[in-house]
Amino acid sequence: MRLDRMARDLLLAEIVSGMALTLRAFFKPKATLNYPFEKNPISPRFKGEHALRRYPNGEERCIACKLCEAVCPAQAITIEAEPRDDGSRRTTRYDIDMTKCIYCGLCEEACPVDAIVEGPNFEFATETREELLYNKAKLLANGDRWEPELAKRLELDAPYR
Amino acid sequence: MMAFFNTDLGIVILTLLKSLALIVPLLIGVAYLTYAERKVMGAIQLRKGPNVVGPFGLAQPFADALKMMFKETIIPAGSDRVLFIMAPMITFGLAVIAWAVIPVNDGWAIANINVGILYLLAISSLGVYGIIIAGWASNSKYAFLGALRSAAQMVSYEVSMGFVIVTVLICVGSLNLNDIVMAQQHIWFAIPLFPMFVIFFISGLAETNRAPFDLAEGDTEIVAGFFVEYSAMSFALFFLGEYANMILISATTTVLFLGGWLSPLPFAPFTWVPGVFWFLIKLFACLFVFIWVRATLPRYRYDQLMTLGWKVFLPISLGYLVLVAGVLEVFGWLPNV
Amino acid sequence: MIANILFYIVSAILLTSAVMVVSSRNPVHSVLFLILAFINAAVLFLMAGAEFLAMVLVIVYVGAVAVLFMFVVMMLDVDFVALREGVQRYAPIGAAVGLVLFAELAFVAVSWTISPGANLLRLSPTPTDVTNTVALGSLLYTKYIFLFQMAGAILLVSMIGAIVLTLRDRNRGKRQNVDLQHARMPADTMRMVNAKLGEGAKMPAPTEEVL
Repeated sequence: MRLDRMARDLLLAEIVSGMALTLRAFFKPKATLNYPFEKNPISPRFKGEHALRRYPNGEERCIACKLCEAVCPAQAITIEAEPRDDGSRRTTRYDIDMTKCIYCGLCEEACPVDAIVEGPNFEFATETREELLYNKAKLLANGDRWEPELAKRLELDAPYR
Repeated sequence: MMAFFNTDLGIVILTLLKSLALIVPLLIGVAYLTYAERKVMGAIQLRKGPNVVGPFGLAQPFADALKMMFKETIIPAGSDRVLFIMAPMITFGLAVIAWAVIPVNDGWAIANINVGILYLLAISSLGVYGIIIAGWASNSKYAFLGALRSAAQMVSYEVSMGFVIVTVLICVGSLNLNDIVMAQQHIWFAIPLFPMFVIFFISGLAETNRAPFDLAEGDTEIVAGFFVEYSAMSFALFFLGEYANMILISATTTVLFLGGWLSPLPFAPFTWVPGVFWFLIKLFACLFVFIWVRATLPRYRYDQLMTLGWKVFLPISLGYLVLVAGVLEVFGWLPNV
Repeated sequence: MIANILFYIVSAILLTSAVMVVSSRNPVHSVLFLILAFINAAVLFLMAGAEFLAMVLVIVYVGAVAVLFMFVVMMLDVDFVALREGVQRYAPIGAAVGLVLFAELAFVAVSWTISPGANLLRLSPTPTDVTNTVALGSLLYTKYIFLFQMAGAILLVSMIGAIVLTLRDRNRGKRQNVDLQHARMPADTMRMVNAKLGEGAKMPAPTEEVL
C-alpha cells in the first residue's frame, strides 16, 4: 500500500488526473449565454421592475389602501390619496424609489387588487439616479407596456397563491 | 549589396533587421497569448472567453493595448521615480533580448553563439532584478513582500534548472543551442531524460512566476504583489514581459527537450514541412500546457514551494545528473568534444 | 572600429558605475551600480573573447551574489543621521586605514612590471579550433584538478558550517507533515455504514496508527 502510494506520488498521479479532468472540460459544450442576444428563461415569480396595472376597461386598479407603503421594508414607496371627482378613492401620487427598493416583492403580495406588481423586466438601468425615482405616470406606463406578460405571469402563479 | 552586409556597418544593420523580424512576431505572439490564455481558461471553465471585439474576439488584445495606452501612469508618492519607471523596462527588455540565441530553424538565430544556453541562464537570472527593483521602488508593503517572495523563488528554482541544463549538456557536449537540437536527431531528450524534462518544465513555471507558483502576485494575500502600484503602460510592460518569458521558457523547453525544429518522424511527409513550423507547433504545445496548468492547479503555499525547490527538485536533478553521467561513461556514449 | 567605440563606451560606464557604488547615498542604488559594473565587466570579457567567463560572471555574481546583497540592503532601514554621528570620532582611524591601503596600492602600482613573457604570449593567437568552454574545461579538469577539487571541498565545508551554525531544532508549535497528510486515504479514515434504526453504528476500537 505504501509502495503503491509512493509510486503514485512520484508519477504525479493526482496532478495528472486533475489535468485530465480539466482537459475533458475543455472539450465540453460551453455554458456561456451570449447575453444581450440570448437570455435565460425566468420564473413567473421573478421580481423585476415594478408596474401599476389597470382593469381591462382602462380603470386603474390601485385604490390607495397604502398596504404596500406600510409593508415596504425599505420604505421605498410613497403614496398620497384623495377622493376623485366621481367619489372613488384614488392615489394622487404613487412614487417608488427604485434605488431604495430591495425587490422583495412584499408590495405585490400585500396588494388586495393586484395593482402593484413586479414584472419580468430586469433591464431598466439608467444613466442618472433621478431616472430611477419612479412616479405614478411611469409605473402606469410600465403596466400598459407589460400588461400581456403580467397577466400571464399572474395566471401561471395563481395556483400557488 | 551582399558585400555591404559584410562591412561593420552592414553587420549592425543586418542584425537590427533580424531583431526586428524576430521582435515583431514575438510581440504579436505575446498579444495573442493573452487572448489564447483567456480563451483556453474560459473553455476549461465552461465559458467562451472574449468573443465580442472582432470576429471570435480576435481584436481583444488590441483593445486591451489601447486601453492601457490611454490610462494614466501613476507614480506613487515616496517611490523612487527613476527605478520605478525602469523596473518594467528591465523586465520587458530582458524577456526580449534572451530571444537573440533561440534557433527557430537550422541556424536561424540572431546570434548563434557558443555559450547559448549559458546566455539564456544568465538572462533569466537577471530577470529577478526587474521584480526586486519594482517591489522596492514602489514604496509599498505588498509590492515589497511580493518582490521578496519572487526573488527567493526565482533564485531557488534556478539551481535545479541549472542542473537539468547540465544533464542535457553532458549528453550533447556543447553549449551551442544549434548543436543541442542537432544532437536530438535520433531521439528527443524528453524521452531518455523524462524526469529532467518534467522538472525543467515545473521549474519554468516557477521561474516565470506562473500558476501554481504565482504567489509573488498572490491576489488573495498581497493583492498583486510586486506590481500593485503599477498602472497603464508600465503595468502593460510587466504583463508583456511575463508572457514573453512564458514563450521564452517554452522555446527553451522545445530546444532542450523536444528537438527544436526537427520533425517528429524523420521520413518523407514530415520532413517536407519547414522546421519553423515544427518549432512553432512544439512551442504552442508547451504554451498550452502552461495555461492548462494554470486553469487546473491551486496556488502553492510559500514554504511548500521552497520545500519543493530545495528538497525535492534539487536532489532529484542532482541524482539524475550523476546517473546520466554514469550511464554515458559506462556505455561509452559520451559525446566527443 | 565599432568594437573600439564599444570598448570605450563600456569601459566608461564600468568606471562611472564603480565610482557611483561608493559615492551614491542610497545603499540600494549602490548595489544596483555594482550590478551595472558587473554587467559591463561581462561585456568586456565578451569583447576579449572570453565568452564563458562573461556568462559565468553574470550568472554567479549578478544572478546570485548581488541578489543576496540586494536582499540585505533592501531590508536595512538605514538612518543617515545616526551614521554621521560617529564620523568625528572614527575619522582618524578611518583615515589611517585608508592611508595604509593607499600606500600599499601605490607600492604595487609603482613596482608593476609587465611580465616579459606577455609579449610572446600575445604573439601566439588564441586557438580557434576549440571553444572557450572546452579549453577551460580541459585545463581545469586535468592540470588543475587538485586545486579545483580543493576549492570545491572548501566551499562544501563552509556550506556545511553555515548550515550547522544556523540550523536549530525548534520544537515550538506543531509542524505539518505533508507526506503523512498525503498518505491519508479516504479508505483509511472513513467507513460507510448502514446504520439501522434505533441501533446506530458501532465505533471500531481506535487503532494504533492515528494519522
